[in-house]
Amino acid sequence: MSDQVILRVATKIIVPTILLYALYVQFHGDFGPGGGFQAGVIFAAGIILYSLVFGLRRTQKVLPSWVARLAASTGVLIYAGTGVVALLKGGKFLDYSVLAHDPEHGQHLGILFVEIGVMITVLGVMITIFYFFAARGREDL
Amino acid sequence: MRILGLYNYWVFVFLMMVGFYILISRRNLVKKILGLNIFQTSVFIFYISMGKIIGGTAPILVEGEGEVVYSNPLPSVLILTAIVVGVSTTAVALSLVVRIKEAYGTIEGDEITAMDNEMPPP
Amino acid sequence: MEILVDFALLALLAVTAMAVVRVTNLFAAVMFAGIYSFLSACLFTVMDAVDVAFTEAAVGAGISTVLMLATLALVGSKVTTPQFRITAMSTKVPPRRPIFPLFVVLVTGGILVYGTLDMPPYGNPDDPVHNHVAPHYLEESGHEIGVPNVVTSVLASYRGYDTMGETTVVFTAAVGVMILLSSLRGRDTYGQEAWGDEKVQDLDVGFVDAFGEEMDAPSPKVGRRKKRKRRKKGGRG
Repeated sequence: MSDQVILRVATKIIVPTILLYALYVQFHGDFGPGGGFQAGVIFAAGIILYSLVFGLRRTQKVLPSWVARLAASTGVLIYAGTGVVALLKGGKFLDYSVLAHDPEHGQHLGILFVEIGVMITVLGVMITIFYFFAARGREDL
Repeated sequence: MRILGLYNYWVFVFLMMVGFYILISRRNLVKKILGLNIFQTSVFIFYISMGKIIGGTAPILVEGEGEVVYSNPLPSVLILTAIVVGVSTTAVALSLVVRIKEAYGTIEGDEITAMDNEMPPP
Repeated sequence: MEILVDFALLALLAVTAMAVVRVTNLFAAVMFAGIYSFLSACLFTVMDAVDVAFTEAAVGAGISTVLMLATLALVGSKVTTPQFRITAMSTKVPPRRPIFPLFVVLVTGGILVYGTLDMPPYGNPDDPVHNHVAPHYLEESGHEIGVPNVVTSVLASYRGYDTMGETTVVFTAAVGVMILLSSLRGRDTYGQEAWGDEKVQDLDVGFVDAFGEEMDAPSPKVGRRKKRKRRKKGGRG
């Protein structure tokens, strides 16, 4: 669809805003509605919009398929890793209070890492599923 | 309030039964998946409506100001998980539909059963 | 005033669900399902569950609709009835008689309506659901965790195990889709696929063009009048 001028120009303006909004939702999830899932889905929606207008091939140069797959597993690793780090520091699994010098700061740190892990997994998964659906049956992709 | 509560629950029952009806009576596979989605979302509406307190506000703590009534955060947490699990199920179901179409040439349930009954398995 | 909004949204939800039952064009049905998800997100906002409304709007009206449209692009968007299909099969396809499903649905609906007459009053702070763990979360979350959004603190800290399980479920869905849609063969016809004979193409080589060159349509330059010779692009879907 990249021969339509209005779509092209509007998408170039909107997609960075969408990605920035996804990061806003992620990091302000502690103070208002939001959090990891919503941020990951909004980020994936921005990438999907870009791919609808500019084509799948160009999108895979921006965010290659292996990056999305790597992101899907890295997020789960970060989440479980936070739990294991809490174990190594002497607490229980996923007990964030021991992660820092102060229980409340430990909880903040734990929630931050965990939500980042969730966001990375969700965006990786949504983009991977979209790539696989969109490339099905097309031999040139 | 009693009538609002009853209306709420009855609309939930209606929505759930519409989803259930689509799931068991329509033969097109994509329509069945749509019915499953409607079914799941109606159950979410039911759960969230149980967590609402009349005169309450969203469960985000505000500083100071004495007594504030918050709605219950617990159903929200459970339903967040359920929504994400629902979309995962939908994604896998849709990829199964794509494979079925490629293997049988159709996505109508009765044609697939007829084809299976006609041709003996290898 | 809130009551009117509640009434209106619930009525619209019921109308949209009936529309999904009745339309035969799958594209229209998917659009109605997207409207349904969005209306339920509005209803969640009215019921003070803002995180859930956010997630339902993004996931239900966004990702789910996009995936269904992608499936329809691969599968075809008309629902065909038996009388209009040309079948060379010997078995008769029976006409649709939805009497029995309707009966089952009415009986189940009746039992559920009878059950809802026993529910506690709507919105009352004395309901059992508000009296066991939820006050503990609301009171302790302020000084134990210090995060203003109680839903985030419950999701990530008090019930962190569940969220880890959920993240794993999402990851498993990606693995499932990858397994099902990984071979880039495309069209199989029934009965011609020999088990064990598949060639599964390497995913990295398959996705990027072997020549590495741009294969999209050339963007028109404004003001240029010359006609460009269009190359025949082989293999475009």
